[in-house]
Amino acid sequence: MMTKIAFVRKKEIPPSAPPITEVGLIGWLRQNLFSSWLNSILTVLSVYFIVVILWDFIPWAYGGHWNTKSLRECLDLDPDVACFSVLTARWKQLLFGLYPAEEYWRPTLTFMFLLLAIVPILFPRFFRFFWFSIIYPGLAVWLLWGGSFWSISIVYIGLTLGALFFLSLIRRYLKNYMVAAILAFLFTVVFFLFISNPLVGLLNVILPISLPFVESLKMGGFTLSLIVGVTGIVASFPIGILLALGRQSNLPVIKMICVGFIEFIRGVPLITLLFVASVLLNYFLPPGTNFDIVLRVVIMVTLFSAAYMAEVIRGGLAGLPLGQHEASASLGLTYWQSQRLIIMPQALKISIPGIVNTFIGLFKDTTLVSIISLRDPVGLASTIRADQKWNGIYWELYVAIGLMFFIFCWGMSQYSQYLERKLKTDK
Amino acid sequence: MSSPTLPPSESFKFSMLLSDTRYRGLSLQVITFIIFMAVFFWLVDNTIKNLALLDKDVSFNFLWLRAGYDINQRLIPYTSDSTHGMAALVGILNTLLVAFVGCIIATVLGLFVGILRLSKNWIVAKLMSAYIEGFRNVPILLWIVMVFALLTEFTPAPRAFKGAEPEATMLFFESVAITNRGTYFPAPVLAEGAYWLLLCFGLSIVAVIYFIRYANKQKKDTGKSLPTFWISVAVIIFPTLILFFAMGQPVSLEYPYLKGFNFKDGIHLRNSFLALTLALAFYTSAFIAEIVRAGIMAVSKGQSEAAASLGLRPNKIMSLIILPQALRIIVPPLISNYLNLTKNSSLAIAVGYMDVRGTLGGITLNQTGRELESMLLLMGFYLAVSLLISSFINYFNRSFQIVVR
Amino acid sequence: MKKLFLGVLTALALAASGTFAGTLDDVKARGNLLCGVSTGAPGFATVDDSGKDVGFDVDYCRALAAAIFGDPMAVKFVGLTSAVRFTALAAGEVDILARNTTWTYSRDTDLKQTFLGVNYYDGQGFMVKKELGVKSTTELDGATVCIQVGTTTELNLADYFKENGMSYEPVPTADNAESQQQYLAGACDTYTTDASALHGTRVNLENPDDHLVLPEIISKEPLGPLVRHGDDNWADIGRWVLNALVIAEEKGITKANIDSWKDTKDAEIHRLLGTGDDDILAMVGLPKNAMYNAIKAGGNYGEIFENNLGATSGINIERGVNASWTKGGILYSPPFR
Repeated sequence: MMTKIAFVRKKEIPPSAPPITEVGLIGWLRQNLFSSWLNSILTVLSVYFIVVILWDFIPWAYGGHWNTKSLRECLDLDPDVACFSVLTARWKQLLFGLYPAEEYWRPTLTFMFLLLAIVPILFPRFFRFFWFSIIYPGLAVWLLWGGSFWSISIVYIGLTLGALFFLSLIRRYLKNYMVAAILAFLFTVVFFLFISNPLVGLLNVILPISLPFVESLKMGGFTLSLIVGVTGIVASFPIGILLALGRQSNLPVIKMICVGFIEFIRGVPLITLLFVASVLLNYFLPPGTNFDIVLRVVIMVTLFSAAYMAEVIRGGLAGLPLGQHEASASLGLTYWQSQRLIIMPQALKISIPGIVNTFIGLFKDTTLVSIISLRDPVGLASTIRADQKWNGIYWELYVAIGLMFFIFCWGMSQYSQYLERKLKTDK
Repeated sequence: MSSPTLPPSESFKFSMLLSDTRYRGLSLQVITFIIFMAVFFWLVDNTIKNLALLDKDVSFNFLWLRAGYDINQRLIPYTSDSTHGMAALVGILNTLLVAFVGCIIATVLGLFVGILRLSKNWIVAKLMSAYIEGFRNVPILLWIVMVFALLTEFTPAPRAFKGAEPEATMLFFESVAITNRGTYFPAPVLAEGAYWLLLCFGLSIVAVIYFIRYANKQKKDTGKSLPTFWISVAVIIFPTLILFFAMGQPVSLEYPYLKGFNFKDGIHLRNSFLALTLALAFYTSAFIAEIVRAGIMAVSKGQSEAAASLGLRPNKIMSLIILPQALRIIVPPLISNYLNLTKNSSLAIAVGYMDVRGTLGGITLNQTGRELESMLLLMGFYLAVSLLISSFINYFNRSFQIVVR
Repeated sequence: MKKLFLGVLTALALAASGTFAGTLDDVKARGNLLCGVSTGAPGFATVDDSGKDVGFDVDYCRALAAAIFGDPMAVKFVGLTSAVRFTALAAGEVDILARNTTWTYSRDTDLKQTFLGVNYYDGQGFMVKKELGVKSTTELDGATVCIQVGTTTELNLADYFKENGMSYEPVPTADNAESQQQYLAGACDTYTTDASALHGTRVNLENPDDHLVLPEIISKEPLGPLVRHGDDNWADIGRWVLNALVIAEEKGITKANIDSWKDTKDAEIHRLLGTGDDDILAMVGLPKNAMYNAIKAGGNYGEIFENNLGATSGINIERGVNASWTKGGILYSPPFR
């Protein structure tokens, strides 16, 4: 018996639209915010938390006074909102410290040049502008501190002459690098001891280029943070490389000294080192020596970050396969050749995110110089609060300072993550 | 590294010290050592000369002199008549306390935030990254100052608790008072017989440890898992509780109460302590969260997929498969973050918490004028702590690393 | 490289030439005075909106600079926290420390410093909120006290409460502004520091009448400038510039009328302003009109006080014991002869 087939589908059912709960805004909400009861609770809690914070913060910040002359005026107008007038009155000090107002263009220019000087290092495409990165430190010192242009450039002239002397020795007369280096070194020393001063004097007479001198006591605000942070990180870089190599060295004395140094520096808080810079360094140097506090702090910060840098670079070195060392040795490269051509370029590439992190950490740590009475933004905050006009101000200042640090550090960390991603793909 | 040995007939030349690989290593080390020692002695010599010039000597006798100042938070008996050495000790204990409590809070928070940041819940994940970025990118000094200000400005003064209709009230059945001078908790008072109770409690904990070991063994052998958690809780709570009532409640709570200017009795957690601990914990937890996240992400996806295909539920996958593997990656940087927290606690002075930097490296240094000695002791202390912690990292690395190949 | 570094250091050492004996010569050679002041103490030293150093201690240093160079601006101010001030002075980072520092026996002897005199007689007091109902420090048993760390006030406080058999809870703070913040928030019942600062702070609170500075002064706090041991000539200069400012007030010599004393019969004024025949300032190596310049810089003691601490400044501190002895105070300078 054949049963009669009642219905045969001839056509495919058109796909129905996905349920409204799975697409669009609702779908997104469901998937991302309310996928389970736990998630729903978390979502509600989070929203509540955000609302509570903004509820208080927005009216306080939005209605803030910007143009009063003192905190008292703010309080008289409306005590419940922020008194940002302190920022209006003091933002220049927060940025430049006590730097003379008519010279503000100098730190500004220094900072802009800094950005330019970094470019050739980060982007190989612009490597032909590397000369700018080399002259930048001298340029920055001259711009910031001022004085005669020639007394700074004489350092470059001297070093260039020394290098030329070395090269010509090698080319023409000598094959022994060591002896040539020692001779070139002596030449440079002689140059700096006897020739440089008269030469600077002469150049000053012929072509006097100079900027008004600004002493370190006037440095402050974010300019000081940048000076300390950037100098610290740049100067610590070569020292860090040497320490990292020293720590891996198979020469026990060198290894011991490097390990001892790194562990010592990493073992004590930065603030104690800064105290050493401000209080004890005078004991350790010849009686009567007394040099610039900013320089002392920079030296200490450099040593501090060198130890951390060494550990970061050591991590990079450890990340390299042993085969690289062996391969370069089998090619007959000397220790320094293999380091320069094979090992370091790869190790440093791996270390870039770590280096950026060290820099961010160091930049944040520059706030500690306020404890040894330098006027970085945090130190300035207490000076400002001692002014009768702004006595009693609190949140406005600290929130503003915190925000500036955040923008800078966050930008840096985003950039480092971008670098990390970029470096990963080209493997 | 090894070079072919040259024929011994070649005569020794002075330049070979630097050019010959046989001698170069040694001569480099000798030169370095000489320079190092020269610099070292130069520094020591300068110090001696400078001290002579200032008519000072190096002496640690000041540690046995009367300190003359008071310290508000002291874990050991101390008055202004105690010695500077005692003050330093009080400071050391305060530092260790902050570091210890801070590390615990930071770990818990960090783990929490790190895992939540990987959550599929969009708003939670975003909130957690805001937390991490916010704390990581603002200097710790600012955070300490701001948390302290938050605690003092948005909590009521003890006076607010006074009067018939007080502006503020105590929490948890009149037992906890949050004020802008700190938080007051009830303190346990041990009467006679309380030690039996403690003994009983200790024994319960030992019993639980053995039970968990047994349960684990059982699980390995038979695959059956016992309800470990509930049994443990029962074992810890009930015997002690029964004994507590049987002995006529030998432990009572001493509630804080308002007298005069302040709350009296109870445990007083000062705001300086709370602010410092919380700020350090928040700041460090942001770093820990990133470490936790990186550790979890480093466990290959196949592991969780394999576990899921075995039919494990998500929380089991996390606790049995992912975390144990991630832990190996997490622990070493975690401990170095503990070290950072301990070192950062030296910023206590910003909120007036009397840690070792505040006592030995602050007031004592100031009152006695013994910078050199105080700083040496201070650095010695931090160095000892840090070496202890890093030797622990090395120990961990050696014993828990997965043996490859 | 290391050698070069040492060379640089040695060169710096030679350049600094910090022999402590001839501070005046060093200062003259440098062309300016290095004066250590507070990083921020209301009325005594701070920086105004335009970045200029202002304050009572600042003006003293300007007078000193004027005495040496004839130019009150030939001075650089080094902000120092209380923790680093003495070492900075000992190390020669500053020539003189004018940082509202209390003159005590141990600072004078053990820390090897020479105090030049007292430019401000202070005493430690307490401020409380009126609603607390406290009328005297003896009622402060059990109170929470805000106090600035690293100062003598800390030791005085401990001693005072112990003497009187009272207990207290110290809340140490990093600086004066912080103490004030804590006090206002109610984190401490009372706030103790030099009475001058208390009065200064009170006037500027939101409702000054809600606060009370208790009548008891528990310690003597003579604040004054100080220099290193070992250079008596330099100490003399600093001391006599301070005295000159005090004498000027006694005699009624002000910044405005200083040029109108040429015909006075008072020989001391002639000696002081260098308008007479004898040049007694040559004894310490200063120009004849040094004190004239010092007074001209910021006025006499009274004017400096008025501008930085008195009504003009908005801090409104009464002269009290800091008035000249001719007006019932205890400021009394030895004769200038």
